[in-house]
Amino acid sequence: MEELVNLFHGFAVALQPFNIMVMVLGIVLGVIIGVLPGLGGANGVAILLPLTFSMPPTSAIIMLSCIYWGALFGGAITSILFNIPGEPWSVATTFDGYPMAQQGKAGEALTAAFTSSFVGALFAVIMITLVAPLVASFALQFGPAEKFAVYFLAFCSFVGLSKEPPFKTIAAMMMGFALAAVGLDSITGQLRLTFGVTHLLNGFDFLIAVIGLFGIGEILLTMEEGLAFRGGKAKIDLKVVLQTWKGLPRYWLTMLRSCFIGCWMGITPAGATPASFMSYGIAKRVSKNGNNFGKGEIEGVIAPETAAHAAGTAALLPMLSLGVPGSPTAAVLLGGLLIWGLQPGPMLFVEQKEFVWGLIASMYLGNLFGLIIVLTCVPIFAAILRVPFSIIAPLILVLCAIGAYSVHSSTFDVMLMLVFGVVGYLLKKCNYPLAPLVLAIVLGDKAEEAFRQSLLGSQGSLGIFFSNPLVSTIMVLGLIALFWSVIQEGITRLRGTRTAAA
Amino acid sequence: MTTNSSGAAGPRHKVVEAGVALLIAVFGVIVIIGSVKAGINWGAEGPRAGFFPFYIGLLIVVSSAINFWHVLRDGDGALFAEWGQLRQVMSVVIPTAIYVGAMPFTGLYLASIIFIGYFMRWLGKYRWLTVLGVAFGMPIVTYFIFERYFLVPLPKGPIEEWLGI
Repeated sequence: MEELVNLFHGFAVALQPFNIMVMVLGIVLGVIIGVLPGLGGANGVAILLPLTFSMPPTSAIIMLSCIYWGALFGGAITSILFNIPGEPWSVATTFDGYPMAQQGKAGEALTAAFTSSFVGALFAVIMITLVAPLVASFALQFGPAEKFAVYFLAFCSFVGLSKEPPFKTIAAMMMGFALAAVGLDSITGQLRLTFGVTHLLNGFDFLIAVIGLFGIGEILLTMEEGLAFRGGKAKIDLKVVLQTWKGLPRYWLTMLRSCFIGCWMGITPAGATPASFMSYGIAKRVSKNGNNFGKGEIEGVIAPETAAHAAGTAALLPMLSLGVPGSPTAAVLLGGLLIWGLQPGPMLFVEQKEFVWGLIASMYLGNLFGLIIVLTCVPIFAAILRVPFSIIAPLILVLCAIGAYSVHSSTFDVMLMLVFGVVGYLLKKCNYPLAPLVLAIVLGDKAEEAFRQSLLGSQGSLGIFFSNPLVSTIMVLGLIALFWSVIQEGITRLRGTRTAAA
Repeated sequence: MTTNSSGAAGPRHKVVEAGVALLIAVFGVIVIIGSVKAGINWGAEGPRAGFFPFYIGLLIVVSSAINFWHVLRDGDGALFAEWGQLRQVMSVVIPTAIYVGAMPFTGLYLASIIFIGYFMRWLGKYRWLTVLGVAFGMPIVTYFIFERYFLVPLPKGPIEEWLGI
């Protein structure tokens, strides 16, 4: 009951005129970011983060999280109309969305995509409303060993669940940890890994890394492919919307399943992209129309979109309640909290009630506004994609430079951004995942601190991580996640021998 | 050779990937050296500053060694990219590097105008009027949004000083 009261207070905060304004602004900017190649949720939020330094924290997070929702919506537009996934999580949407558009059913596909995105998000927000306070109050009792175990679990899930080879994931992640370690050591106050370079005294800021790796790296990839946009026209009128909506309830089971997949994948930091693929794959296997998938089946649009949006939203649950972001964009938002002077983690629910519940309420409203905005303004957003890349690219590069500079007002950071961009291009081409790298830069210091404090308490014995049922459970879950691909292989091999024997 | 590389030439994926793995390993070695300098054992107040990064560095070296081995074992003749594609990429990287390098001296605005103008005129082949419109329009809009409305200062050079902005 207390949660409901808090939520109503949250709505009162979110419905203040200024907050509604930033909400709409955020959604529109977010959709544009989602539509443009080279700008995604993570680096879009990172570039615009400095704009919020002068705002009250609640308005700031509302604007930034709305940019995130907008980007989630925007990804669907480009994949359906142009067969170009604006975001990695909308790749699965192209499989059936683009064929639908070619058959002249772009309106239906877009309506289905937006509506199922909204359903996925709504499901995840309701879950956050109900579960986040419980998780937070539970996490309040965590000591350093438990904290480290949670980080351990988060990073192990990356290794086990991502589709990249595990050792590439580990290499990328450890580079992130190493970059996070550069500079002043927070416990001993000693300098390390700076090699006498004064610019490195404060270490690497993850915002610079995000802007470089995702923004510049993505532009370089797009340049290499030599993109030419060819796409159908988009028009949605009310009749199409209503007709599509009439047909949607038939797919409630697909939606519900995708919601669960999305929430699960969003909380464990595997993120929206694998969630959308997994949901598409399962829907294809289960559905009666499975053979039609890939040829323009509406269910093939609903499944990945619901899951992607549910995962993207659910990624904020661990960010708010544990201080462990579930996606790169959530990591950037977490970085924002630190800049506004808020300490992410369970104490937020105790000390910053207005902030937390304002944010949660804004998730409901932001997704509703988002749905209305994208349904009504699709033609405008689609027109952005017709602006040639040779105009868009320099503008995005300049924006990235501005974003990188304004984090610390340092031109050195801008050069660093370019270096990260080239590194990001190479890593991406060589199939190294970038998300764990970014998350490790964000969480590196905290994970290290928790690790060293636990070891201090135990006089250096690793046994502290298995000293009580709670911490052991989390650690064992982490180990299972770490070796998940090995375990899976073992199970299939066992099954294989059994069927062979039978 | 694979069929998709017919007629086109470029560096092979295997070579680039092996190079990346090596570079990452070198990075790991640098981390290890830095950690050893900072002290990797236990001091009076617990683990010293290099304790944690030392093991991180070790993990980087070990995992890139495995990645390197995988590349040598599984790599085929596929291309990393064609030379023409890489030229495209460099046609962005080099101007951007000059842009970024010039920024401390010229300020953001002048550098951005020249950068956007160059990009649109030489890579996009637009009419001068369009080029000038966008090249001047974007920084001016940026000025009003960032510096005036959101009060975020951006780097300025001698020209802005002379204009008294």
